[in-house]
Amino acid sequence: MADVTMRIWRGDANGGDFQEYTIAQNEGEVVLDVIHRIQATEAPDLACRWNCKAGKCGSCSAEINGKPRLMCMTRMDELPEGTVTVAPMRTFPIIRDLVTDVSFNFAMAERIPAVLPPPMPEGGYRMFQQDVERGQEFRKCIECFLCQDVCHVIRDHEDNKQHYAGPRFFIRYAELEMHPLDTNDRRDYVREEMGLGYCNITKCCTEVCPEHIHITDNAIIPLKERAVDAHYDPIAWLGRKIRNVSKRSSAEAGVQPAP
Amino acid sequence: MTEYEHHDYDVLIIGAGGAGLRAAIEAKQRGLKVGIVTKSLLGKAHTVMAEGGIAAAMGNVYAEDNWKVHFRDTMRGGKMLNNYRMAELHAKEAPDRVWELEQWGALFDRTKDGRILQRDFGGHRYARLAHVGDRTGLELIRTLQQKVVSMGTDVFMECKVLQLVHDSSGRIAGAVAYWRPTGEFVTFGAKAVILATGGVGKSWKFTSNSWESTGDGHAMALWAGAELIDMECIQFHPTGMVWPLSVRGLLVTEGVRGDGGVLKNSEGERFMFRYVADMFRAETAETEEEADKWYTDHSAGRRPPDLLPRDEVARAINAEVKAGRGTPHGGVYLDIGSRRSAEYIRRRLPSMYHQFMELAGVDITREAMEIGPTCHYIMGGVKVDADTAATRVDGLYAAGEVAGGMHGANRLGGNSLSDLVVFGRRAGVAAADYIEGGSGPADFDQGEVDAAIARALAPFTRESGESPYDIQHDLQEMMQANVGIIRNGPELDDALVQLDSTFSERVANLKVTGGRAYNPGWNLATDLPSMITVSKCVTRGAIQREESRGGHTREDFPKASAEFGTFNLAHSVSGGTYDGEFATVRSPLLTMPDELKALLEEAK
Repeated sequence: MADVTMRIWRGDANGGDFQEYTIAQNEGEVVLDVIHRIQATEAPDLACRWNCKAGKCGSCSAEINGKPRLMCMTRMDELPEGTVTVAPMRTFPIIRDLVTDVSFNFAMAERIPAVLPPPMPEGGYRMFQQDVERGQEFRKCIECFLCQDVCHVIRDHEDNKQHYAGPRFFIRYAELEMHPLDTNDRRDYVREEMGLGYCNITKCCTEVCPEHIHITDNAIIPLKERAVDAHYDPIAWLGRKIRNVSKRSSAEAGVQPAP
Repeated sequence: MTEYEHHDYDVLIIGAGGAGLRAAIEAKQRGLKVGIVTKSLLGKAHTVMAEGGIAAAMGNVYAEDNWKVHFRDTMRGGKMLNNYRMAELHAKEAPDRVWELEQWGALFDRTKDGRILQRDFGGHRYARLAHVGDRTGLELIRTLQQKVVSMGTDVFMECKVLQLVHDSSGRIAGAVAYWRPTGEFVTFGAKAVILATGGVGKSWKFTSNSWESTGDGHAMALWAGAELIDMECIQFHPTGMVWPLSVRGLLVTEGVRGDGGVLKNSEGERFMFRYVADMFRAETAETEEEADKWYTDHSAGRRPPDLLPRDEVARAINAEVKAGRGTPHGGVYLDIGSRRSAEYIRRRLPSMYHQFMELAGVDITREAMEIGPTCHYIMGGVKVDADTAATRVDGLYAAGEVAGGMHGANRLGGNSLSDLVVFGRRAGVAAADYIEGGSGPADFDQGEVDAAIARALAPFTRESGESPYDIQHDLQEMMQANVGIIRNGPELDDALVQLDSTFSERVANLKVTGGRAYNPGWNLATDLPSMITVSKCVTRGAIQREESRGGHTREDFPKASAEFGTFNLAHSVSGGTYDGEFATVRSPLLTMPDELKALLEEAK
């Protein structure tokens, strides 16, 4: 096959620029194959993060021709002819070349109140397929963080990162909210502390999800509805007043121990 | 003496796959200070690649199933080379480890009455694999990861351990590592270290393993004074993709066959009926009609031969291709599209559907897949005590793929995920007991740290030298050609000569260009000593085991020998040092108690 020209961002936190590499490609190859060939021949120190090369681990996220994608699942022959541009995810700080510092996501994961099921009965829990399927969709997430990368709430506003979980973790909250066994109520917490209201449902996250999870329709919108119900439902509000017990506050939810 | 960033822990866990995370949970629950070091990000370990399921005799689908049958299947699958005690503990404890995952949030597929659904797999008499579609490994690692994070455990990500460190009396005292993002070194002091570093498959050309599977833990254990056993026993998974070339080796789950897929050659023949070994003849279907009935009701027919243990199926595929009945790209066909509905396939095997559609342009609901054997798993590993996962070095434990013994000469599908959680937990318990009993290192051998760091930095200082990528490429070609699925004496001897001389010299003289921060070339340079060390053990074992058994096939010794079935081959290096001399000795199998022997006799 004809050679291909790859335009790859090289640099670190202090700055950098695109460099061009013209290199052979073979039938059926993905972008990551070509990156690897560049490493093995022209640029042995070209930094890129990858593990499984099978679309299962979510490590090799990058922006290919401007679109957030997995390098291992993007076939060269599906891209338009001509130069292929590969840049690191823009929302996260650069470590080097195509590798970004995604620690924001791990910090957000630490703030999620743990799953809290009742004690397990003899012989295991009983749950039904239709009830676990909703959560299973969200548990397909491979944590590639492409949805976080494309989300304009944090892509364009660094300050929002302190109090915005982002699509990856909204599906986690939705999964826990819909979990057949979980008893931990995070609805106020996700609204008050995790910035659920900032999401204005542009669906960019859903578009880039390599696992084809319906992030907006199946997770964020139902989660918004449930969070709002929990807060504004007049009957629930009256009930709380009468019993003079507020629902578990977000702070308490935050420290709820795992079993 | 140079000072480095230093951290002290009670338990240091190297590796953040299923075994490492499960060990961390256990040690953490004992109130110990636990640190996990992983060379990738958390949640990316090779465990995510596991597809089909986790084997546990819960009896949810077939009430007749129990630990005794699981034990028997595991031993027979391992061709009786297993550490029987590991197989026994594994079969007994796996169900509790699965149920425990549900308490931590896992969502397995369900039976109609709401229990955990179990699927059929090769070598398991009953449908036994708890699963989530074909992404069970992801479910396992995410569940354990979320549990570990909720407990507030320190995780050092993209931090690669180079070598273990002892105290002056030879006990384990910690490890020396480097941060991949910065290239800076870091040392860890620990009272106990648990190795959970996974496998070695990246030394072969066609493998289902990621770049991480370079045998770091195997090599570090050896250099630290532990023994490795059964290293010649490598599992070539029968169904890896063969086309396009760039994804050759990528795994196709055994669940395809468990759910009704069958193997065919280029003539359309379901050839597996011709490859049933005597050991499995009584329980295997003789006709297509009988086999097809079995899928819906296991009492209506015997098992299809497509679901024989992996070593049997891989050898059969190899033979068909050699006989000229292979596909255009050198594999055979795996057909589920003509046997099950498109809706069923997409629901049961969603990631296989996408993998073939997106990477190969093949719609598996309509077309057959082209598949062939791929290097998948090493049965061999660090020799451990079954109950405690302890090595012969005080304070050093090993669990998961890096440990040897559990699977004997061949692992059954689904027994890996259960191995991780059963023995990960046991390693955590034993390390905690060791520490609570007052054991631990007296000091920290700075000399070992300095030597490891000097070795790691040497490739930057050479005026000239080869690229690590070239050496890795040649190693993979050589191991694939000489120490692959079918082996013989002269090729193995040649491999050992090359490893001992050419490859060792090339690795000692390679050159790394660029800086230390996130330099993949340098990282590979630090992987290569492990890859060479492990490859030597595999080759030495393969030379000395003059028989064919499980994941070790010698064309010059095509049959299993009774004599060779009585021992493992154990490797060590003299003095337990980085550059000690290799030694390989026969290590007798444990003697199985009569009540367990009876289980195997009954089953015949």
